[in-house]
Amino acid sequence: MIAHLNVYETVSPNEVKVWFKAAPISKFPKNGGACIKYKDKQIAVFNFTREGSWYACQNLCPHKMEMVLSRGMIGEEHMEPKVACPLHKNTFSLKTGENLNGSLDAIATYPVKTENGFVYVGFSE
Amino acid sequence: MKTIIVVGNGMVGYKFCEKIADRIKGKGFKVLVFGEEPRAAYDRVHLSAFFGNRDAKALEMAPMEWYAQNGIELIINERVTDIHKTKKTITTANDKEFAYDYLVLATGSAPFVPPIKGVEKKGVFVYRTIEDLEAMLDYAEEIKQRKPNGKAAVLGGGLLGLEAGKAVMDMGLEPHVVEFAPKLMPRQLDARSSNVLQLTLESMGISIHTGKATNSILGNGAITGMDFGEDDTLEVDMLVISAGIRPRDELAKTCNLELGIRGGIVVNDKMQTSDPYIYAIGEVALYNQMIYGLVAPGYEMAEVAVNQILRASDVVMKQEIDMSTKLKLIGVDVASFGIPYMPADKGLSIIYENKTKGIYKRINVSHDGKTLLGGIMVGDAEDYSILHQMYLNNMPLPDNAEELIVGSRGEGGSAFGSAMDLPDTAVICSCEAVTKGAVCKSVLEDGLESVKDVAKATKATTGCGGCKPMVTDLIKESLKTLGKTVKERICEHFNYSRQELYDLIKLKGITDYDHLLDEVGNGNGCEVCKPAVASIFASLYNETANRQESIQDSNDRFLANIQRNGTYSVVPRVAGGEITPKQLMAIGRIAQKYDLYTKITGGQRIDMFGAQLHELPLIWEELIKEGFETGQAYGKSLRTVKSCVGSTWCRYGMDESVSFAIEIENRYKGIRSPHKFKGGVSGCIRECAEARGKDFGFIAVEGGWNVYVGGNGGANPKHALLLAEKVDKETAIKYVDRFIMFYIKTAQPLQRTAPWLEKLEGGITYLQNVVINDSLGIVKELDDAMQALVDSYVCEWKEAVETPEIRERYTHFVNSDDTDNTIEFVALRDQKMPKEWV
Ligand code: SRM
Ligand SMILES: Cc1cc2nc3c(=O)[nH]c(=O)nc-3n(C[C@H](O)[C@H](O)[C@H](O)COP(=O)(O)OP(=O)(O)OC[C@H]3O[C@@H](n4cnc5c(N)ncnc54)[C@H](O)[C@@H]3O)c2cc1C
Ligand code: SF4
Ligand code: FES
Repeated sequence: MIAHLNVYETVSPNEVKVWFKAAPISKFPKNGGACIKYKDKQIAVFNFTREGSWYACQNLCPHKMEMVLSRGMIGEEHMEPKVACPLHKNTFSLKTGENLNGSLDAIATYPVKTENGFVYVGFSE
Repeated sequence: MKTIIVVGNGMVGYKFCEKIADRIKGKGFKVLVFGEEPRAAYDRVHLSAFFGNRDAKALEMAPMEWYAQNGIELIINERVTDIHKTKKTITTANDKEFAYDYLVLATGSAPFVPPIKGVEKKGVFVYRTIEDLEAMLDYAEEIKQRKPNGKAAVLGGGLLGLEAGKAVMDMGLEPHVVEFAPKLMPRQLDARSSNVLQLTLESMGISIHTGKATNSILGNGAITGMDFGEDDTLEVDMLVISAGIRPRDELAKTCNLELGIRGGIVVNDKMQTSDPYIYAIGEVALYNQMIYGLVAPGYEMAEVAVNQILRASDVVMKQEIDMSTKLKLIGVDVASFGIPYMPADKGLSIIYENKTKGIYKRINVSHDGKTLLGGIMVGDAEDYSILHQMYLNNMPLPDNAEELIVGSRGEGGSAFGSAMDLPDTAVICSCEAVTKGAVCKSVLEDGLESVKDVAKATKATTGCGGCKPMVTDLIKESLKTLGKTVKERICEHFNYSRQELYDLIKLKGITDYDHLLDEVGNGNGCEVCKPAVASIFASLYNETANRQESIQDSNDRFLANIQRNGTYSVVPRVAGGEITPKQLMAIGRIAQKYDLYTKITGGQRIDMFGAQLHELPLIWEELIKEGFETGQAYGKSLRTVKSCVGSTWCRYGMDESVSFAIEIENRYKGIRSPHKFKGGVSGCIRECAEARGKDFGFIAVEGGWNVYVGGNGGANPKHALLLAEKVDKETAIKYVDRFIMFYIKTAQPLQRTAPWLEKLEGGITYLQNVVINDSLGIVKELDDAMQALVDSYVCEWKEAVETPEIRERYTHFVNSDDTDNTIEFVALRDQKMPKEWV
């Protein structure tokens, strides 16, 4: 199956129609990411423990269209939380999805919340 | 409109153009330059850099466009053949005639080739132009194709000859230097310092033959040797002549300008020749009956000539010309300044000599003990710049002048304050005549902070580069007075260099990345500091990548290298490249079972590609059952130790290279370091294991093992340097243990041993002092640290496979057992490969 960029579109918190119960918190490494499946989408979810926050974005790196972002390292640059793609180290803001070190397309980001030990990702459909 | 014609576009001819360019705009002057070489002026001083990179562009003084942009017409590939003084014209080899108002001769000099029988033979070279170097490189290549241990000699043991000696060694030929005088660098060094230098060079592998007059060059068509008479010969395949220079004054002869008895165009202190409209500058000009074979005086001459021609000022050439020099030979420091040596009635000398460390220092002081007259430094020229400045500026000496040379800065501090004590007028960069005042001003007033920016603004350090340490000091000190500090910091989260962080972690016993950020860092970390810190933890505590998995580079986190389609490669360790048929079959069986692409790597082992994340623990479980361990192909750690078959089978082998390679690979396996490192062991100097292309290498020779360190393949290949010669295996291992630990302790993140060694002040000699002579007193610490790492090795894949929580990480989705259905393969010969990227 070929991965398509156009299935991924940023969902802002007020657009959320479905809070998808993804997995228990313990499945997500501290200060790292893991991938979840929602319908035919692959979503990277990051447990930014140090910041005390959670982020989600498409797992697909827009550089070479590979499903790898959840395996990238996270960190921050001038206070902006980011993920670095494991293939060529392109970095993307976890807040806005913007490519921080170049001019690649922005990645789609999704709202995340945790409740009762579970991680939920927000989708508009 | 007045026309200035410059003949010669070498370093000094170019400098003339550079200096005049800004000052003639709109003033009715036209500059026309003729250069005989096929390219615009380049940096001859750093010519040897061409051996490393073959990059002519990197050497050019200014690109061709620069001349046009500055209204200067440059005609290259065109030799000027005649001057017609009375008509005020010149003609070129193409018979074209051009009129001038002023003529500037900057034709430089040519290597002097002594009239030895046979110098015209193939394989005999001089060392002056890029074309010379290209020809040498090609010839060396040819020799190496023909035979394994080609030899090259350099005729002349002066400044340039030694540089050429190092160059032929770097080309992979056995280097010899032949000098007519009884000592090396006869003009700059006294007998004792020359002797110390000789010992050091010999320990680097350069053979020195002093007191030898060459009678003839042997060989039928191409050189095969040199004959010194009385049955004394030296077999060589190539010869580089570096026996001095002769000014290229042939043009002056066409119009009867006054020449010196031994050549050179006579000039006065305005740089005028015997014809007032003709000037001569650089290495062709005979000033005060001397030809100055250095760029700095040439640049001064260019400045004088510009001022004289433009009638801008009456600056003239000074009487005394500083001939101080520092040798650029990597690996040994050699410098001399002022009067290097002299009879006792002229002054007193203080001499410090330490043969075991290869150090010799001498200063000459006036009888009243007040002024420094000159000196020599071999083996340690760290204080050259400041001594040279004391000499140039006639600065007062301390009461105990010997303090200037005994005790280096490291031990017990320095006898002279800092570079900041120099007067503002002190010329720091003599090539570009930049003063201390100008350097400090660029920091204090213009707000510059880096050597690079200051170099751009002031031109300091852009000539021979000898003043770089002092300029760096001045920038640092000036920044300090502004309350700023210059730091190499890892990234925005740690205001420390890697070495500082290493020491802090050790001192505070910190074992957690988060804890470290809280204690000494700020913010939340990033992909630069996390793996750097992970590597430090690994070096200090030998913890595997499994414990703090999210600070590991993604490849370490999953203990495998990610491939272009997001799948992984699997590389078990095959120490020394030795593998049994049974193990081969096991790999074959497992690879077939999981449908993996297999290939023999450049590191003498087998790589299996195309494993999906969830398959990794399954594959490794099977490999481990067959007795394999992780090959750490992913980590910044030991990769492979390449071996040749050695004395067990090979008819030339001097020792068992395979056994040694296996032993050493097993010793260092799993050790994490600032960058990956590799080794090689060859059974004889034919070097089939390419040990000198590795971070460390052993080569068996008659009487033991030669130990090499700091080699590199990759993007910037570099041959490893000789650390110790003919030592037994235990000693060889001990030295390399220390070398590796010292590297791990002090290198920057992602700096391999070759660039690390290149940056290490004092180079290989310093390293030898640290690991062999224990000059820092840390040998025991290094030995213990290495032993602790060796003793605590575990296979991290075994750990991962056997620990359920770690094993759980190997799944593509955390909320589904599905696998990644976007991965696609296509057929490749009888195997498969990832589908092309779109
Ligand atoms: C597989 C292999 C090529 C092959 O098919 O033969 C290979 C593959 C890679 N090399 Fe290499 N190198 C391989 C031998 C070499 C060699 C040859 C050697 O070791 O004798 C060299 C030159 C020697 C040297 O290192 O000095 C080599 C110099 C490099 C470099 C350049 C390093 C440098 O200092 O300039 C890189 C880039 C880096 O490390 O930053 C690199 C990086 C890589 C990476 C890790 C690139 C990447 O990030 O994906 C490749 C990983 C493949 C994988 O997944 O396993 N590889 N690489 C070889 C594996 C050897 C092994 O058994 O472990
Ligand atoms: C390998 C090497 C290392 C060196 N290291 C140092 C060092 O560390 N420190 C230092 O101070 N100096 C060093 N030198 C010396 C330094 O390079 C020279 O002092 C400097 O290049 C002299 O400059 P120049 O312009 O007078 O002569 P050149 O640079 O030789 O330029 C003269 C140019 O004029 C051309 N020319 C000659 N005749 C004609 C003609 N009739 N028509 C047209 N063109 C003509 C020549 O082809 C040449 O290009 C080194 C030299 C070499 C070769
Ligand atoms: S040379 Fe380049 S393409 Fe080939 S394996 Fe090494 S890194 Fe990959
Ligand atoms: S595929 Fe992500 S950076 Fe290249």
